Amino acid sequence: MSRIPWVPETTEPLPRVGESEGLLTWAASVDHKQIGIMYFIAALSFFCIGGLEALLMRIQLSRPDNNFIDPELFNQLFTMHGTTMVFLVIMPFLIGLGVYLIPLMIGARDMAFPRLNALSFWVVVFGGLLLYYPFITQSGATDVGWFAYTPLSEKPYSLNNGPTYWALALLCTGIGSVASGINNIITIITLRAPGMTMRRIPLFVWLLLVTSFLLAFAIPILNAGLVTLLLDRILEANFFAPSSGGSAILWQNVFWGFGHPEVYILVLPAFAIICEVIPVFSRQPIFGYGFMVGSAIAIGLLAFGVWGHHMFAVGLGVPFNTYFSLASMLIAVPTGVKIFTWIATMWGGKIYFATAMMFATAFVIEFVIGGLSGVAFAAAPLTWQLTDSYFVVAHIHYVLFGGSMFAIFAGIYYWFPKWTGRMLSERIGKCHFWLMLIGFNLTFLFQHMVGLLGMPRRVYTYPDLPSWNWLNLLSTIGACVLGFSVLIFIFNIFFSLRKGKIAGNNPWNAWTLEWLAASPPPVHNFDEVPRIHSARPLWDLAHPDMPDEPESFNTGVTR
Amino acid sequence: MELTSVFNPSSPQAWAIANLGIFMIIIAGTILAIIIVLVTFISYRFRRKPGDDEEPRQVYGNEKLEIVWTIIPFLIVAALFIFSVITMVKVNPSSAIIEDQKPDLVIIGHQWWWELHYPKSGVVSANEIHIPVGKKMLVRLESIDVIHDFWVPEVARKIDLVPGHPNYMWLEADEPGIYLGQCSEFCGIAHAHMRLRVIAHHQEEFDVWEKGQLYVPPTPRSGEAGKGSKLFKEKACMNCHSIAGTDAVATVGPNLTHLATRTTIGAGTLLNTPINLAKWLKNPKGFKPGALMPNMKLSDDEVNAIVAYLEALK
Repeated sequence: MSRIPWVPETTEPLPRVGESEGLLTWAASVDHKQIGIMYFIAALSFFCIGGLEALLMRIQLSRPDNNFIDPELFNQLFTMHGTTMVFLVIMPFLIGLGVYLIPLMIGARDMAFPRLNALSFWVVVFGGLLLYYPFITQSGATDVGWFAYTPLSEKPYSLNNGPTYWALALLCTGIGSVASGINNIITIITLRAPGMTMRRIPLFVWLLLVTSFLLAFAIPILNAGLVTLLLDRILEANFFAPSSGGSAILWQNVFWGFGHPEVYILVLPAFAIICEVIPVFSRQPIFGYGFMVGSAIAIGLLAFGVWGHHMFAVGLGVPFNTYFSLASMLIAVPTGVKIFTWIATMWGGKIYFATAMMFATAFVIEFVIGGLSGVAFAAAPLTWQLTDSYFVVAHIHYVLFGGSMFAIFAGIYYWFPKWTGRMLSERIGKCHFWLMLIGFNLTFLFQHMVGLLGMPRRVYTYPDLPSWNWLNLLSTIGACVLGFSVLIFIFNIFFSLRKGKIAGNNPWNAWTLEWLAASPPPVHNFDEVPRIHSARPLWDLAHPDMPDEPESFNTGVTR
Repeated sequence: MELTSVFNPSSPQAWAIANLGIFMIIIAGTILAIIIVLVTFISYRFRRKPGDDEEPRQVYGNEKLEIVWTIIPFLIVAALFIFSVITMVKVNPSSAIIEDQKPDLVIIGHQWWWELHYPKSGVVSANEIHIPVGKKMLVRLESIDVIHDFWVPEVARKIDLVPGHPNYMWLEADEPGIYLGQCSEFCGIAHAHMRLRVIAHHQEEFDVWEKGQLYVPPTPRSGEAGKGSKLFKEKACMNCHSIAGTDAVATVGPNLTHLATRTTIGAGTLLNTPINLAKWLKNPKGFKPGALMPNMKLSDDEVNAIVAYLEALK
């Protein structure tokens, strides 16, 4: 009788991360750079899907009483568009950017918890699949709006499974986001290079640290709310059902308690990108590092106390409206500090307008437009006309597209050489930039006006009222231009991956540590990390005779 | 149709909000203009000249300047806040008034129409709010199902109709006319067709309208209309609608007692003409997808009879 081995003997070792180029090395990777790139790919894919949803809506709204799309599908489209862009596009883009760059910027080999990092990414992807699954089933995707107001999202009014999948999907992405936040915080606190005090970390890392606290403390509010909503939908718990003694308004408090910090989760990392791009292309240090950090912390703290401005039309009384008006308006102060700081950083510099800098400059203006209309919403009486109209649609897109997405594009043009070793084509990039700038403003500038003329958001069709028709048509044309510019961008990626100029370690002559590593960086990032003496270590290496300010909180100094 | 606009106010409340809006536009416009000019100027003036590879003077900040641009936005915000609080008080009824006064009008939101009660006179109507010019109407807003939102930009603030949480607002119009509005909080499939209009009359005309609404139209016994009134009972119309002076007392759908006096049907979906009414009866969902009114599969004769009956309800 022959001996049968208990365990089959392995003749060759299992593939290990970084050893070969196969798909498994990506799927099984715990390397922060690979995970960062996978975040990017996932976000870009969902960006295309979400953009397509938006285009379909714009076609339906191009003329009054149009019948291109029925309301059932239209309601699914705007709900999925909002959810996708917030949770599966902007968040993964920004978190992915952080995951890729934080260890490189602080001179670390990886995140503090590499496996947790991989888990965060994969639950976000799983959440995305869960969200889209009911689209292909008979019940259809969720159709109750991206903030899923109760009782509309409750069983008696939404019998399909869409909202249940929506809640489960966001619970998944939410768990991933909380883990990312915690991972970032611990990485930044514990893995900094020797000599890199908290006053010497790049502003990008500072702003991501603030964002990570928001992730870790705001997302659990949403998660709790989603579980409660699921209890209502599956077990008939009636937390949010007024007909059975629940409260419709409770959900709004929970959702916006998360939702407003979420706005800063989507915007602070955008600020972080701009804080890197503007100084490097203006050839100046940031004008007032201390004020930049301080204003970010102020925004992070205020973010938790302003959710009520989403609820001014609910009718919650004078004390509620007064407090939330004041608190929301106060956010304008630290935000203004940031805008002025960027402008002052450009002043007196020698500005090189690469595509990244063009996006960053456009960001400043677009974000000011979104920020100013945001201040209007902080004034409760103005919300009593403008909320839930197309004016608010214009506002959020100036903040999240003109703001976050423009910053993300600036970041992609800036860091793509680091990720791939090749430059994105500047010529195609400029084409992309101008078309996107025109398309974006054409789409959303006029939505301010159609909102002031009384058009509510989330209507699948509208009557033929004066000016509504041509304003909507212009908006649709703008959306098509915008869509075309995205195609150019995607073409640029594929083109430049093959034919792009070889980047070298530091193509922009930048100053933070990631540019010390090879492009793309090896698995271990650095062979050796120099001792850090300032917030601009590569400046110090290049200019030993004129080193950077050792403590960047000191301001008022000129060299 | 007149242009509807936030900046075309026709009530003291809407005026107060529009004034704040103009103040906001002036502030925001000035700031935006300054920033656009600054950024454009800097982009031109401080752009890198080709071949100039020398690093510029390194400026790390200026504490005084930074304190100045922290304080200036603070002052602007303070002014805006004070103006906002003053506007809030102007626009809303005080809590003392809400406690003491009986509302002049109660609006109840339904998926997807507006139920209207005038408690002082007992008038019941739907989707078209008649008010006398120059009278401050205290309005109570409720919802029977999901959250809706009252928005008629020219005559009142926007306010939600929340189930289990009644709200109050002032409704007033300075000039007679028709003011268009619609539900502004997404409330389900037919949200886009939940429109409403405020029709403001001079007091005398309003009194005539109110008297007309209290009149109970006689039920026709003969002819097409008489046939229609029978069909109204047999075809289950009365399971959802009510008509004063008959056995139909249900409140699921709009009260039809004076349907013929209204300008639209289906909450502003179609103009109220006999032809449109016939089309609507044959296929409500064809005009208002998602409408809860079923297609009763009526024959042409039946439709004509019911239209004749409804047209007699004045």
